[in-house]
Amino acid sequence: MSLDRRDFFRLAAKTAACAAATPRVAEARPSPKLPDEALGLLFDGTLCIGCRACMPACKEANGMPAERTPLEANGQTSAVWDAPLDISGHTLNVIKAWRDGTGLTKDVVHDGYAFTKQSCYHCVDPSCVSACPVSAMTKDPVNGIVSYSVDACIGCRYCVAACPFGVPRFTYDTPKPVISKCQLCRHRLANGEFAACATVCPTGATLFGKVKELKAEIARRRRLTPGSTTTFPRGRLGGTDSYVGRVGRYVPRVYGEREIGGTQVLHLSGVPFELLDKPELPDVAPAAISETIQHGLYYGLIAPATFLGILVAAARRNMIAAGKNPDANPPAVKP
Amino acid sequence: MSAIDFWLETSRVAKAMEQSEALGAAERRFGVRRRDFLHFAATLVASMGLPTSALGAVVNAMTQSKRPSVIWLQFQECTGCTESLLRAEHPTLEKLLLELISLDYHETLAAAAGHQVEAARKAAMKENAGRYLLVVEGAIPTRENGIYCKVGGQTAVDLVQEVAADAAAVISIGSCASWGGMPSTSPNPTGASSVGAVLGKSVVTIPGCPPNPYNFLSTVVHFLTFGALPEVDARGRPKFAYGRLIHENCERRAHFDAGRFATRFGDEGHRQGWCLYKLGCKGPETYANCPQLLFNDCGAGAWPVGTGHPCIGCTEEGVGFTKPIHQLAVLKTVTPPTQFARPAEPQGQGATVVTAGAAAVLGGLAIGAGLKLASKLGNKDGEPGEKS
Repeated sequence: MSLDRRDFFRLAAKTAACAAATPRVAEARPSPKLPDEALGLLFDGTLCIGCRACMPACKEANGMPAERTPLEANGQTSAVWDAPLDISGHTLNVIKAWRDGTGLTKDVVHDGYAFTKQSCYHCVDPSCVSACPVSAMTKDPVNGIVSYSVDACIGCRYCVAACPFGVPRFTYDTPKPVISKCQLCRHRLANGEFAACATVCPTGATLFGKVKELKAEIARRRRLTPGSTTTFPRGRLGGTDSYVGRVGRYVPRVYGEREIGGTQVLHLSGVPFELLDKPELPDVAPAAISETIQHGLYYGLIAPATFLGILVAAARRNMIAAGKNPDANPPAVKP
Repeated sequence: MSAIDFWLETSRVAKAMEQSEALGAAERRFGVRRRDFLHFAATLVASMGLPTSALGAVVNAMTQSKRPSVIWLQFQECTGCTESLLRAEHPTLEKLLLELISLDYHETLAAAAGHQVEAARKAAMKENAGRYLLVVEGAIPTRENGIYCKVGGQTAVDLVQEVAADAAAVISIGSCASWGGMPSTSPNPTGASSVGAVLGKSVVTIPGCPPNPYNFLSTVVHFLTFGALPEVDARGRPKFAYGRLIHENCERRAHFDAGRFATRFGDEGHRQGWCLYKLGCKGPETYANCPQLLFNDCGAGAWPVGTGHPCIGCTEEGVGFTKPIHQLAVLKTVTPPTQFARPAEPQGQGATVVTAGAAAVLGGLAIGAGLKLASKLGNKDGEPGEKS
């Protein structure tokens, strides 16, 4: 150590000031709360009849083209129209079927089948919004809809990589690609309409409403005896359309209630969600963790400034050790 | 075979047959024109899904001089099945029915009555033992020893067992005879049962309320032509007529797939002819050929759904007269859901040693070529054009 006293005290004081000002990394960024007026969907797999009316309705409402899906059967390759295997740049909503064995009984694990819906979950703390570097992905502070602005998007596809549900998709097959995702038919809300998938659903399996009211409806359904009859709302909660149907046997879990800090699209099911390929996710949103680390590191630029100070001090020390005067003006550069 | 091909082929066969002696006999016997008779025969062949080559056999069977004896019993019924058969608007149908077969006993149609008609039945049974057809219309009450329905002092149970004993084949017409129908609706005070349950064996059933007359006629003609009843499903229904759900051939199916539903009678969707599923249509769980065959020979839309009323599932046990008319149906077409996307579709695989190696070779070649090109840039000697 060849620091002189003055330099040593200067460095020590700087370091102490930095340490005092650096926020504690362990103090996480507060998780956002579900907006009071948040809108969402309830997908009740026990009510779904697999008619897939919601899929063309979604395409129509969002101006999406029909898709061709390659089909290999009997050694021949052909393609089918409008039977997408998953959501894509041109499909925002897909009804999928799980089956086991003979697949004869609905919502039974052995030799049964069940339906599930794949579309945007509209997370309370969305990873896509967190990952987006230009605020093309935004979460509405009032209704909580996660929406996309094509004008702001730079096409980096961080949202595609960030979403744990694999929801945002890129239209790779178009000359000017954009991100596609369900935006809960926000363009229809202004006209007093609501999500097209819920509008056309004949059994109320896809139900539109305020998330708080949807949660109350979920609680009501889970209290009912399986096999008994009850009135199921159709279309939107609080609307006029309803019918009397049979209560399904639900698994004791609501998908989207806690996953990554909760989502505004909630799923009920008659078979375990693992079978429906719903990912197992932690209760804390990845966005909360990554933002805590990132914002902590750069808070007030204190940590970078400290690091720079250490580098400068090391350089001074090396210069002094080499017998040079660090405070002298640098020699003029020869032209 | 397309409909046009079928029609051309049928016309060709029919033209050749118009000259035949069999048709001459039919013309004299039934008092119908050859063309009308052939038209009727071709309709039956088409509705059974038989090849056109069967037309000749069908015509020959229908024009044979020996008509099979038919005994038609009626129990707990409304005579709707008989009325449906008689009111078929096809020209001369009733004539053909009455002369195609020898209808030896039918309470509604018999001219005789009382002991006379009962004697005719007994005589026909004796004369044609083992060869006659038994057709049963209506359910059979079994409670209190079957006292709720008696004909000529005999209970329905006794009658059907007596006549079925020597019958060549038993056909249940209508939902009541096929599976109990309306009389068996809970609480079923008379213990109404189907013919199959009373006889303890499977019989051919033509369910419906009323059934389409052509399904019945086709079954009879199949028996006449081939000497055997048509292929049936587990519930005894001919597969040519009850092999598919109404939902599969419904003219409103496209509206179902697109999510366009009528929500109440007379609303916008209902006037537009949209799907009636939300109004309780049982087409998705009812097997019948109503949308293809239609009723009353009066053109398109002449069936319940076509007129704007949801199917009530009258042919289907456990649906018709059992489920409330406006209760949502349970879809049967989705099982097994082969055409659906699975929750996780295979998305291809990552790089293998072979693909990685191939990519490395291609990449190496590209880099090598690039370096070679770069080394020649600006080198005039490298350009063949400058050398010459």
